[in-house]
Amino acid sequence: MDYGLLSSIVHSILVASTPLVFAGLGALIQERAGVLNLGIEGLMIVGALAGFATAVAGSPLLVSIFAAALAGAMLASIFALLVLRLYANPVATGLALTLFGLGLAALAGSQYVGQAAPQVAAWDIPFLSQIPVVGRALFSHDPLVYLSIFMALVIWWFLTKSRTGLILRAVGENDTSAHALGFSVRGVRFLAIICGGALAGIGGSYLTLVQTPLFVEGMTAGRGWIALALVVFASWRPFRVIAGAYLFGSVSIIQLHGQALGVSIASQWLSMLPYIVTIGALVIIAGRNDLTHKPPGALGSIFRESK
Amino acid sequence: MNKSGVVLGLLALVAIVVAVVSFEPAEKKEKVVVDDKTKVGFVYVGPVADAGWTYEHDRGRLAVEKEHGDKVETVFVESVSEGPDAERVIAQMAADGVSMIFTTSFGYMNPTIKVAEQFPNVKFEHATGYKRADNVATYSSRFYEGRHVLGLIAGKMTKSNTIGYIASFPIPEVVRGINAAYLAAKSVNPEVQFKVIWVSTWFDPGKEADAAKALIDQGADILMQHTDSAAPMKIAEERGIYAFGQASDQAAYGPNAQLTAIIDDWAPYYVRRVDEAMNGSWSSTDTWGGFDTGMVALAPYGKAVPDDVKAMAEEAHKSITEGRLHAFTGPVNKQDGSPWLKAGETADDGTLLGMDFYVEGIEGSLP
Repeated sequence: MDYGLLSSIVHSILVASTPLVFAGLGALIQERAGVLNLGIEGLMIVGALAGFATAVAGSPLLVSIFAAALAGAMLASIFALLVLRLYANPVATGLALTLFGLGLAALAGSQYVGQAAPQVAAWDIPFLSQIPVVGRALFSHDPLVYLSIFMALVIWWFLTKSRTGLILRAVGENDTSAHALGFSVRGVRFLAIICGGALAGIGGSYLTLVQTPLFVEGMTAGRGWIALALVVFASWRPFRVIAGAYLFGSVSIIQLHGQALGVSIASQWLSMLPYIVTIGALVIIAGRNDLTHKPPGALGSIFRESK
Repeated sequence: MNKSGVVLGLLALVAIVVAVVSFEPAEKKEKVVVDDKTKVGFVYVGPVADAGWTYEHDRGRLAVEKEHGDKVETVFVESVSEGPDAERVIAQMAADGVSMIFTTSFGYMNPTIKVAEQFPNVKFEHATGYKRADNVATYSSRFYEGRHVLGLIAGKMTKSNTIGYIASFPIPEVVRGINAAYLAAKSVNPEVQFKVIWVSTWFDPGKEADAAKALIDQGADILMQHTDSAAPMKIAEERGIYAFGQASDQAAYGPNAQLTAIIDDWAPYYVRRVDEAMNGSWSSTDTWGGFDTGMVALAPYGKAVPDDVKAMAEEAHKSITEGRLHAFTGPVNKQDGSPWLKAGETADDGTLLGMDFYVEGIEGSLP
């Protein structure tokens, strides 16, 4: 095996997976608070446009990431208003959010079609990036790849080690009980939706800033839905989201390289694979009784304080 | 708490009512005028802003509007997925009084035929398909003529002797393009090798970019594509290699990378057919136009193309336009070694339209 090629393949896998990591974490934090948000796709594309637009205007990467997060958070706040305040059905609202986000980005982004954003420079990690093969594959990436892994770490710590995280999980497991204990269910869910929106926005911006890197409408091409499937596959655990995203990225990149090398597996099968795995995961979760694989108890519930 | 929720809800309701009411007169006015206009509809597979396939169809639509002015009204629906969704959209258009409908993707073939049976008075035009009916015409362009010129340039200019090809679906249209480009490249460079990746989508910039990177990582120094976004061109520019634009001039994405591009120019065909529909001479036909009809054109050659290669490409372009050269001229064998074209023989349109095999020398198998 050609080691140079191997390191390029691993490098591409990390790049292809990173939008899914961000978006998956964004969906996860909301679902752990009991919010089912099917609008991830819409949040991603709005973030993709915001990140791209600021980069074209010449802003540094940090500003572009912040703009993408802000755009995602702002769109998510509409969802929060509708679901938490006006008690709209979260499933229908989430679907509407996806359609709205795609349309909004297409409308606002038409002037950016055909434009070029500056290339994002890689951050070579000292010493580690010098290791042959592994260095280029793992330690010579753009800052967003490292950020995605760092975010998973932060969310894991937040959910399992912090008191606020415990409150968030309580709200997600049983909103009525959490309310009876005096926690603000809507406040917690609002913050979760905002954070989730910001993460999905950053995930989208990765597509326009690094992976593609250009903007055209509809370019998220279903990644928001894959992110939602990943969260189920990961049984609502941050590190499993990373593992799932990398697995999905590996399957899609390896099949491309396989084709170019002359190995023929029907690509249609490989496109189906992540969804088949997700359905399989759901079946396994449904068949088990232990608490560690269960979805949050109050997922998708509509909470009314007056109840 | 609940009060403010109710107030907000009421406000939203009022806003919707106001919006609907204020919209009403405009719609009515439109309807009065519409009756004496010919309504022409377009169904697109991607977004108009894809800077490729759909963008060029929409330029054709705009040309129709410009040419026929007040006599026509055009409508379009973009990003319609191939399959049941398409049938619904086409039927809705026909039911809305559109008298001529262009369905602009191969996968709309069966939906178009099905809807056409229900609306015998509506004229349908289906791009790149092969099924016709009394009220369904088909049209396509001989893109393979463009691919021939691209193949010549690629064969001459590659240093690694590896051309990367990003393909969408194994339909005759795409297979024909690969074969035409390969035969041309091979004719000027016997060492040349094609690596083909099928991405199973017409439009997914992320996946197209990933495929482009995979091909470059495996040694390709020139990219060709048969998908609709400009992502591969952008990647080629970033990696400092060359690529050919697809369906539209994509020099904006690859000012250094683009060698040339096949441009689909649907305007002449659309203008003529709408004209025929209006004066009653329209009939179900099968049109397959190439360089000679202007339906296939090439973008200006990039600055990286050396003069001798440019001269060769221009000569081939001219020969094909004048009918002196055919992109599929024997001797050509099929991939399995069985003879297809004898020396000097040219391929007939029937075989080309149903092409489901690689020619000899291309590695890999069709999915």
